[in-house]
Amino acid sequence: MDASVEAAVADAHRREWAFVLAATVRVTGDLDRAEECVQEAYARALATWPEQGVPDRPGAWLTTVARRRAIDQLRRDATHARVLPQLVGTGIGPDDRPDEPPVGAGGDGPLEDDRLRLIFTCCHPALAPEAQVALTLRLVCGLTTAEVARSFLVAEATMAARITRAKKKIAAARIPYRVPAAAELPGRIDAVLTVVHLVFTTGHTSPAGSALVRTDLVERALHLARMLRSLLPDDPDVAGLLALILLTDARRPARTSADGTLTLLADQDRTRWDADEIAEGLGLVREALGRRPPGRFALMAAIAAVHAEAPSWSATDWAELVGLYDLLVRIWPSPVVALNRAVAVGFADGPEAGLEALDALVDEPQLADYAYLASARADLLRRLGRHDEAADAYRRALELTDNDVEARFLEARLAESEQGQRPAS
Amino acid sequence: MAEYLVLIYEDEHAMEQADPSAWQTMMDGHTAFGQAHGSAIRGGNALQPAATATSIRSDGADGFTITDGPFAETKEALGGYYLLEAADLDEAITLAKAIPAAFGGVEVRPVRPLG
Repeated sequence: MDASVEAAVADAHRREWAFVLAATVRVTGDLDRAEECVQEAYARALATWPEQGVPDRPGAWLTTVARRRAIDQLRRDATHARVLPQLVGTGIGPDDRPDEPPVGAGGDGPLEDDRLRLIFTCCHPALAPEAQVALTLRLVCGLTTAEVARSFLVAEATMAARITRAKKKIAAARIPYRVPAAAELPGRIDAVLTVVHLVFTTGHTSPAGSALVRTDLVERALHLARMLRSLLPDDPDVAGLLALILLTDARRPARTSADGTLTLLADQDRTRWDADEIAEGLGLVREALGRRPPGRFALMAAIAAVHAEAPSWSATDWAELVGLYDLLVRIWPSPVVALNRAVAVGFADGPEAGLEALDALVDEPQLADYAYLASARADLLRRLGRHDEAADAYRRALELTDNDVEARFLEARLAESEQGQRPAS
Repeated sequence: MAEYLVLIYEDEHAMEQADPSAWQTMMDGHTAFGQAHGSAIRGGNALQPAATATSIRSDGADGFTITDGPFAETKEALGGYYLLEAADLDEAITLAKAIPAAFGGVEVRPVRPLG
């Protein structure tokens, strides 16, 4: 087959899957059947585009094929009197016209793109967080169950069961296929952003495995954030999340050295950071901070922006960072945020002050098995020249990390501490 | 429309210890809920404490085992319920938030349509 056609289908899969599926759900009123019809539409594209050529608007072509297929099936079911449980809020039945443009077909809210209905359904707070993530990758990004399972390092059967259970709950509890009302929207958008952020952080530093970064997940998260930005262009938290992802991902080329070892922010070659991502991210941060008070993603993006704008590690504005963490911990009192604040204090006011802030957190149950608490503590102790205690903390961090690249870094630092070396930085 | 059973789970011990005004607040809350959402309420009751419960299990043959107490001993016990009618889960959750449950919370379960 013509490689350019295959590439066009793959591209349409990446870009248009959510649009095609969301529009097809409106016809089927059922997620599973809509998925089948959309998969068939992509298979048809692979079969017919080599001869007919790639259509001008691949998304519209795929949507028409998938919706026609869905209507055929519904007509067949009607003659067999087979009724499937319907999603609540789809509002359109078997008589829908498949050739009409699906966008805005609902017309019953300020936000009319069907992809938003799909995203809000996948990220409904009545679903378990891990199910929200799985459904979003499966239904909004079009990943197969096997791909979602690989991303989160669970067995395919486990992931299949998780997705099936979530879909059953959507149907049985009648989770509506709808964009929430304005009053609920901020909280519901936050749930969506949390899911996208989790996809990103899982990809940015893989919790286990041989690679530090899972590029596929990072790119999915970036794609989702861009999609949300286009669908909710006026939301400052959406701008904040996209900025956070861009500014953090900009460091990717400098995070591992040629031999695959971890390079800390302090030691990264900043000329290797992605200048385009940084420029775009900085513009979005300004926009996200325009609203008072700023949300948590805007503040996290502002923190990433301080690093992005610093010409070197030693020239970093640590006082500014501590100030931003102070604001962040106030609206989001998470022990992990407090830990990051303590690290910033360790640079703004010295390792002694950082250690004091960190030691206030050792009893937090949420941090009991958190490798970064141990490694942050180890680093502060190392800088204070307390090598024996630093070595203990590095050993503890090593016990808690499952990522091979991080483990190699910690082993090297542990060896230095065991030899009682003076800190290099 | 669909039906949802909203189960009210509260800490009975904390309720016993509470000031009498807490009871009054709770009763006023239920009255207000009934007045605001009467059209959605299909039924509801308060239950006697979990200590009055009797659990009955078939032994698989002809007999039964009868035991004192609820099926599961938990800190928060089932103390009452409403049967509500709602268009979807979002509407049911909005209604459930208006149900007083100062000493615990509520669980929303969709009623399974049969037949």
